[in-house]
Amino acid sequence: MSAHDLYVISPYLGMVGAALLVILLDLIVPRKGLLPIFAFLGLIAPLTLSVFQAFDLDDSLNLVKGSELLSASDPSILLNSLSVDRFALFFNFLVLAAAGLVIMASTDYVRQMDRYQGEYYGLILFSATGMMLLAAATELITIYIAVELSTMPLVALSAFMNTAKSSEAGMKFLMVGAISSALMLYGMALIYGFTGTTTLSDIAASVGNVSGDIPFGNYALLVGVVLLMVGFGFKVSSAPFQMWVPDVYEGGPTPVIAFLSVASKAAAFAILLRVFFSGFFDVSLDWAGLFAALAAASMIIGNLVAIGQTNIRRLFGYSTIAHAGYILVGMAAGVKATGADGNIPGFLSVGPDSVLFYLGAYAAANLTAFFAIIAIGNRIGSDRIEDYAGIARRSPLLAAILALALAALIGVPPTSIFIGKLYIFTAAVNADLVWLAIVGVISSVVSAYYYIRIIRVMFLQPSTTEERISAPPASWAALGIAGAAMLFIGIAPGFVLDLSKIAVGPLTP
Amino acid sequence: MDISGYTGLMTATVFVPAAGAVAILLLVRGDRNIRLFAVAVALADLVLSLVVFGLFDQSERADRFQLVDKFSWIPSESLKANFFLGVDGLSAPLVALTGLLGFCAIVASMHVKLRVKEYFFWLLLLQTAVMGVFSTLDLLLFFMFWELELVPMYMLISIWGSGRKEYSAMKFLIFTILGSAFMLVAIVAVFLTPELGTFDMTQLSTKGTILVSAGVLIPLSGLFWLFFVAFAIKLPTWPVHTWLPDAHTDAPTAASVMLAGVLLKMGGYGLLRINVGMFPSQTDRFAWALIALGVVSVLYGAVVTMRQTDLKRLIAFSSVSHMGLVLIGIGSVGISEGELTVTGLNGAAMQLFTHGTITGLLFLGVGLVYDKAHTRYIPDLGGLAGRMPIVAGAILLAGLASLGLPGLSGFVSELLVFLGAFRAYAWPTALAVLGIVLAAGYILWMMERAFFGPRRERFDHLTDASLVEAIPLVIMVITIVGIGFYPSLLTDVFEIGLAPMLDVLPGGG
Repeated sequence: MSAHDLYVISPYLGMVGAALLVILLDLIVPRKGLLPIFAFLGLIAPLTLSVFQAFDLDDSLNLVKGSELLSASDPSILLNSLSVDRFALFFNFLVLAAAGLVIMASTDYVRQMDRYQGEYYGLILFSATGMMLLAAATELITIYIAVELSTMPLVALSAFMNTAKSSEAGMKFLMVGAISSALMLYGMALIYGFTGTTTLSDIAASVGNVSGDIPFGNYALLVGVVLLMVGFGFKVSSAPFQMWVPDVYEGGPTPVIAFLSVASKAAAFAILLRVFFSGFFDVSLDWAGLFAALAAASMIIGNLVAIGQTNIRRLFGYSTIAHAGYILVGMAAGVKATGADGNIPGFLSVGPDSVLFYLGAYAAANLTAFFAIIAIGNRIGSDRIEDYAGIARRSPLLAAILALALAALIGVPPTSIFIGKLYIFTAAVNADLVWLAIVGVISSVVSAYYYIRIIRVMFLQPSTTEERISAPPASWAALGIAGAAMLFIGIAPGFVLDLSKIAVGPLTP
Repeated sequence: MDISGYTGLMTATVFVPAAGAVAILLLVRGDRNIRLFAVAVALADLVLSLVVFGLFDQSERADRFQLVDKFSWIPSESLKANFFLGVDGLSAPLVALTGLLGFCAIVASMHVKLRVKEYFFWLLLLQTAVMGVFSTLDLLLFFMFWELELVPMYMLISIWGSGRKEYSAMKFLIFTILGSAFMLVAIVAVFLTPELGTFDMTQLSTKGTILVSAGVLIPLSGLFWLFFVAFAIKLPTWPVHTWLPDAHTDAPTAASVMLAGVLLKMGGYGLLRINVGMFPSQTDRFAWALIALGVVSVLYGAVVTMRQTDLKRLIAFSSVSHMGLVLIGIGSVGISEGELTVTGLNGAAMQLFTHGTITGLLFLGVGLVYDKAHTRYIPDLGGLAGRMPIVAGAILLAGLASLGLPGLSGFVSELLVFLGAFRAYAWPTALAVLGIVLAAGYILWMMERAFFGPRRERFDHLTDASLVEAIPLVIMVITIVGIGFYPSLLTDVFEIGLAPMLDVLPGGG
């Protein structure tokens, strides 16, 4: 292992270091209120290192391969397992931003816990490490480890509260997660068996050779890919692997769910893009059909079931399934647009970069919504939508911000998700998936009903009490930053659009 | 042709109300101050909109689109959109109409006591949205303003309305969002069509000729109908009109004025600007369908109006009938080659303006009646003219204009519509004229039952409109009479805007 290797993995090491440090400090520092500050400061190291790496990269280069520090005789030991490129860095920044904001918004929530405060922040940082690694992983075993590293801390966090619901959430998360991990591992074994390698680039080179000569060759490989897809489907919370989502969202601590819905989903989509664009692109199968089916199922199930929900966190569970569906539309479009006849100039990478853009847009809007829910939920002590009656009187600003975030989730301009949806549906229409775009647009209309119901309750129904509610400064700051990002991406989307376009550069085959 | 420039006048006209709304939210304290401030903002915007109308250059060598404000908004190649405002002969009068009605709506709201700050915030925001729709020349921006109008209207109806206000507000919202979804699909498809590939409405309207045969993602007729559905819901035309009577009846006076006066005009404007302006060949092809829908709307609306017992509902259904005339005017495009003139379209555009002023005045008057007599149920009313001569006189004048009395504005637009359409479709047009006869019936019958007849003692305490209440009435009366005597003030301008749209048709020029 050379110094360069250390530099390549330094953001991840920095993150792990921060996590360990927070847990250690928890033992020493008597004032637990300082812990979130330590955790927040701990993010500075990985952030700085990622910024350095971003300046070291140019178009589609990969830090592991492309540095003069490396000599041909001494290749990096990371060469096949990690690809620290602009794509990975995009997700580094996304995950770091989400982690930082979630830590800020957690202070109020965690203070009420009488124990394990250090572990709480430590686990969030561990999980974030896993997500960052996942975005850079290019080898099946690394992928598996990164998936587990990002999931297991979240499982523990879901069961963090001493309530039956929380324990149920953790248990369900663990069981479904374990089953999908097992299936994914089996899929990886099959892929390894038929291609003889675990690195994505070698797989890409050899999938073409797996032909009808081997008994069931093609099909067995396909089974492997589909099983792999099951694991990822679980992570992105797409239908039909969504069973755990509503229970975990209802039972787990709200900040954890915010993190889960944004960062975990983003990382899972990162690896999905990476695997299907650099690994299995040449497999002669219409992946677009698979993704389109998953997308349609997620959008329909998520949006329809959300209508009947009375618990706001459960509602957001279904909402996140629906949004996974929208993003999968972008996946389907990406596979298709660059696949069969992706010869429309200027639109070549519109699929994958629409996924990245949507993830950023969704992160801003969903975090804003969740931070408002945390602040309101902490004061009114309830997650039932009917208890949100009259919030507009009790805290006009919180209600206005939540209303804006809900409008963004519907896709109302000028907010981030409007551009996100427009971009994704544009990509879909462009890839001849007009039917999928229409399903998406119609399910967006349906979603307006249940999001607006919350706004209606907040603004139109009288509350039983006039008592004002507010939030601590850290929560306001988190709300302000996420809300500003949501509006900024909506009003001036050019910046993030360009970033996403640059970030998918390394993926384009 | 690439238009550029920046004068700032249109930007100011569109965004002054929004800036005022934000200022009300953050800076102005005290209900009295808020009211005065709102009036000042609306007055400023009225002046700006009249300046826009006045500065519009009608000379032959003037540009088609004037007072352009344009800069790059989303520079990304895959979603290239501009911030692009400007007026042509079609939009300049409608901008003036919006300024006029916006001012009247604000002045007519001086008596609002409930949640004053929010009320004027939403009302001013609504004005920005409508101004934006009329003056933007970029499809994506058009869609944004189109959607922006929803939230204020929903809030105005559901908080300050009466009766089944939440039901009506939700119905309004669902109908419009559904229409918007169709429009969004069409906008995306237009953008993705390789021959078009732009959101620039000025370029699209000159590309109308190319569109005749271009191979597009969705066939041209499909695009035409997708746009048509969105605008037909807004107009509204039979059979998608059902949201209108509910929304009108339950909305507060100012919202009714804005709804009938300018929001419905967004539908007619969209039909003229996009359906006729960008798809002239399709308008020609489907003119028979527009005529058919128009005639059904005129007659159905008129017959149903006869049976109404609620003053506001009566006016609402009469709007359905009168908006049918807009469709008939547009249908005049279907005339045989060589005879096509701009008369019918001019009538349709005039109908938008005159119906805006007439219905605005009717709703202002009825709003005053309801405020004072606390009922809109016609059989309960009667003999009001003696107690409130100014209000009754204003309503009578508006009613006479509505049924097309020569010398008042309604006559001009109806005459133009019939002149234009008669040569194309003689018999259906003759049927539609029957609708005007019915209009005479329901207007005069309504006047007789509600305002004339024997004096009722329980209305003896009623007072006539105060000075403040009379201001908007007087403004509207002057406009209606003025246009009636001097219609070329508007028809000349409309003609400048509409004539280029027909030039591309074989029969035009």
